[in-house]
Amino acid sequence: MGSKSEDKAVFDTESAKQMVNKLRASFMAGKTKTYEWRVSQLIAMLNMLEENELQIVSALRDDLSKPELESSIYEIAMLKNSCKLALKEMKHWMKPEKAKTSLTTFPSSAEIVSEPLGVVFVISAWNYPFLLSLDPMVGAIAAGNAIVLKPSELAPASSSLLAKLVAGYLDGSCIKVVEGAVPETSALLEQKWDKIFYTGNGRVARIVMAAAAKHLTPIVLELGGKSPVIVDSGIDLKVATRRIIAGKWGCNNGQACVSPDYIITAKDYAVKLVDSFKCELQQFYGKNPLESKDLSRIVNSNHFDRLSKLLEEDKVSSKIAHGGARDETNLKIAPTILLDVPINSLIMKEEIFGPLLPIILVDNVEESFDMINSSGPKPLAAYLFTNNNKLKEKFVAEVSAGGLVVNDTTVHLAEHNLPFGGVGESGMGSYHGKFSFDAFSHKKAVLYKGFSGDSSLRYPPYTRGKLRLLQALLSGSILRIIRALLGW
Amino acid sequence: MAIVSAGLFKNPTRCFRPTSTVSVGLICTFTYRHAYKINRVSFSGSIPSSYYCRATPSTTMEEVKPTFDVDKAAVLVNRLRKTFNSGKTKSYEWRISQLESISKMVDEKEKEIIEALYEDLSKPELEAYLSEILMVKSSCKLALKELKQWMMPKKAETSLATYPSSAEIVSEPLGVVLVISTWNFPFSLSLEPVIGAIAAGNAVVLKPSEIAPATSSLLSRLLGEYMDQSAVIVVEGAVAETSALLEQKWDKIFFTGGARVGRIVMAAAAKNLTPVTLELGGKCPAVVDSNVNLQIASRRIIAGKWVCNNGQACIGVDYIITTKEFAPKLIEALVSVVEEIFGKDPMESKERSRIINSFHFSRLVNLLDEDKVSGKIVFGGQRDGSQLQIAPTILLDVPEDSLIMQEEIFGPLLPIMTVERLEDSFAMINRKPKPLAAYLFSDDEQIKREFVQNVYAGGMAINDTILQVTVPSLPFGGVGESGMGAYHGKFSFDAFSHKKAVLYRSFAGESPTRYPPYTPEKQKQIKVLLSGNIFKIILALLGWFKD
Repeated sequence: MGSKSEDKAVFDTESAKQMVNKLRASFMAGKTKTYEWRVSQLIAMLNMLEENELQIVSALRDDLSKPELESSIYEIAMLKNSCKLALKEMKHWMKPEKAKTSLTTFPSSAEIVSEPLGVVFVISAWNYPFLLSLDPMVGAIAAGNAIVLKPSELAPASSSLLAKLVAGYLDGSCIKVVEGAVPETSALLEQKWDKIFYTGNGRVARIVMAAAAKHLTPIVLELGGKSPVIVDSGIDLKVATRRIIAGKWGCNNGQACVSPDYIITAKDYAVKLVDSFKCELQQFYGKNPLESKDLSRIVNSNHFDRLSKLLEEDKVSSKIAHGGARDETNLKIAPTILLDVPINSLIMKEEIFGPLLPIILVDNVEESFDMINSSGPKPLAAYLFTNNNKLKEKFVAEVSAGGLVVNDTTVHLAEHNLPFGGVGESGMGSYHGKFSFDAFSHKKAVLYKGFSGDSSLRYPPYTRGKLRLLQALLSGSILRIIRALLGW
Repeated sequence: MAIVSAGLFKNPTRCFRPTSTVSVGLICTFTYRHAYKINRVSFSGSIPSSYYCRATPSTTMEEVKPTFDVDKAAVLVNRLRKTFNSGKTKSYEWRISQLESISKMVDEKEKEIIEALYEDLSKPELEAYLSEILMVKSSCKLALKELKQWMMPKKAETSLATYPSSAEIVSEPLGVVLVISTWNFPFSLSLEPVIGAIAAGNAVVLKPSEIAPATSSLLSRLLGEYMDQSAVIVVEGAVAETSALLEQKWDKIFFTGGARVGRIVMAAAAKNLTPVTLELGGKCPAVVDSNVNLQIASRRIIAGKWVCNNGQACIGVDYIITTKEFAPKLIEALVSVVEEIFGKDPMESKERSRIINSFHFSRLVNLLDEDKVSGKIVFGGQRDGSQLQIAPTILLDVPEDSLIMQEEIFGPLLPIMTVERLEDSFAMINRKPKPLAAYLFSDDEQIKREFVQNVYAGGMAINDTILQVTVPSLPFGGVGESGMGAYHGKFSFDAFSHKKAVLYRSFAGESPTRYPPYTPEKQKQIKVLLSGNIFKIILALLGWFKD
């Protein structure tokens, strides 16, 4: 975008400030709060997705060589579903929720009112540039906020398409896209927002949160982590293998925050598992996966080098059990399985975020729970394949992660009744479905009273009798209340 | 509670003097059942010898002064993390036992608690009983009654996309959490979050406020006596100790206090990606319409101001907005109720807390003495520096740009602002940072509706003040400058839980459409499947659907 920046004014702190002020004025005017505005914007987004599917698919091909099917499922169909769900449920979501009141405030009624936060900032990522930009926006719009979106500069075609489409379809007085990299993001982060929704990595998340702290801005951080897959024996191996492949290579070639990062299985089962992978991988991607049109490429040469290094580490390079082929000019790496890599290798220390899949061996799969919990950061997801109900229960009770799936991978993402979000190093806050609406709402507690039911008990002068009566009243024991009222 | 910050960080902190001189050797060999006060830090209950054995051997504690530094904090957190990782705090039984202990503690030590609160704040007994003891008791009771229900995974409906499947949301403890409390309700604001943290199955460190030293030390002693010392610990102290604690990695930080320290806490939390709940304060307005039962409205305003820790409460009424023509009537009613409640000379009344310390006393006096403000006093204004008392004071029509209208008052001063039309009050409130609470007194349904719809605040009460916090089915928490996150009742449990999404599938229900190679046929089927339209799905599966 070098040529662009010459004829375009730089987006600095001052421009950021002006933009936020303008949006705040729209927000304070109450424009975004009406049900009608929210509906109109969600419908506009739905139209935008429907009318520009080809362009979106092509931008994703430019940025990531993302296969069309993946694009249409994850970046278009899922978004459309989000819009449709919000359109269908929003009236219900917006309705104040009745709350029970207690004797203390009798007679009274109470409700929890969902109120928009104000002007919110969505910082998105490059791996699912449309989904991760627009899905939080669906929540922000449904909740009645004004929005600035900063798409990732690492997916430039998608970023510029997003800027163009959002400007073309959505209300420009309340919803803006700012394209850019570090300087633009920093200028934006200096502003006071009412919420920041960040998708990305732990390092930048810390910067975002520190910036948010200056203005006491609440945040949602959607990060990643090393999401493990535990494979028990005695399962339908073919189905398990396919579902792992779908979550790994079928999800942007492993460049997804919920992708399986590594596998843990029993020593005596590993060979069978690897054989099954070899067989299914060949069926899916052919004899030469570097040629397959059904695999995304690595996003850029930085990431290509990073992944190459992980593979080339001394104690790792000899562990390749399948794959390993690379094509630097096309930024392609074949699905690669590594068997029995040491726990202290780089590939087992950092999030892989690519097509490499190490398999860790244990004597007994139950050991894997401790291994996951003690390996440090809590992952965004953890997966278990088993037919053993005891093991399932133990897994759910003991393994700490953002979300869990038993006998599949990544599909929990598609369930709008489940909150999607991390814990610890994998993030904070959650979204999807109504959780998105909640993420961008303040839950305002409202207590209603009339002018009756006033008791002198509540006010000084405080006599012994008052104290006794209050104690009785609040203890809820009828007998004590009567006694106190009678002065006993 | 914006004021807490000032106290915590600007004030010269009160130091505890060592109560006795005990040889270090003794400390290393014995475990004590009561609290030590060593410099400003005190640990309660049995102290692992490792804490003090590293100190230079010396004869008196005075010389050793083992300060609570970053290393000590790290040791403490590691110890609690070990407990947490052992799974001890996760069991239903442990949580119940600890909640029962708190309940028992409050029952048995009621008198001591009331005394400590009197020492720190001259808090009247009934107020102490109501707002500190009862709040904690009823929270414990509720948690004990509901805990099983709260802990139960919540079933979630699944969609066609993952059919056949089932799903649930599992509440899981976060780990080791830090609760930083404050001085105005030093007992309940310490234990309320601790109850939530325990109910959710976490290990907890509580740092009470050093500005209410009697309560801080009582909390340390009592929790040491009643609670499981491997999982629930009190660290007393001020800035140094808090900073040492904030450098550790926590799984949640729950802070009650001022916005300035709130920022420091959140910035520290950012280093470890620790989620925070910030319970702050703000200028909570009370809007008064002319059609109200004036006596009841006045009483309830007073209940939320001078009867509520003498205005030193985060949800206390900060200022009033009413119409120009109604203001004289309102003032008359307020004055008459104040005299009825506190007598003709309110300075003599024992029914009001005192100002916490001389720092805050001078701060409040400064607000009153500002040039453009001092002439606006219509009632009260007396002060007594030696007793740290300020009379209930009402001011009329102070300028909006005066200090008293810029910062949170947090004391017994009550400015009344006037507007032409009552609706103008909404804009006046929304011009300022979002308060923790906003109150409206009105009999007009239309105004009530507009107030709830248009005024931004953490919470609201219509025709009353502060009582919204006693309703456990309502989340209590701020928004914007008044904080983030909420607690009380089940919300406390949720504040200290991670909501883990769990999806269960079987090996059945497999469709080849999901996998590569992606043929055009598959594309069509999948798109339709995700559209959720049953009719289209059937058509696609039968191969009849055309795009």
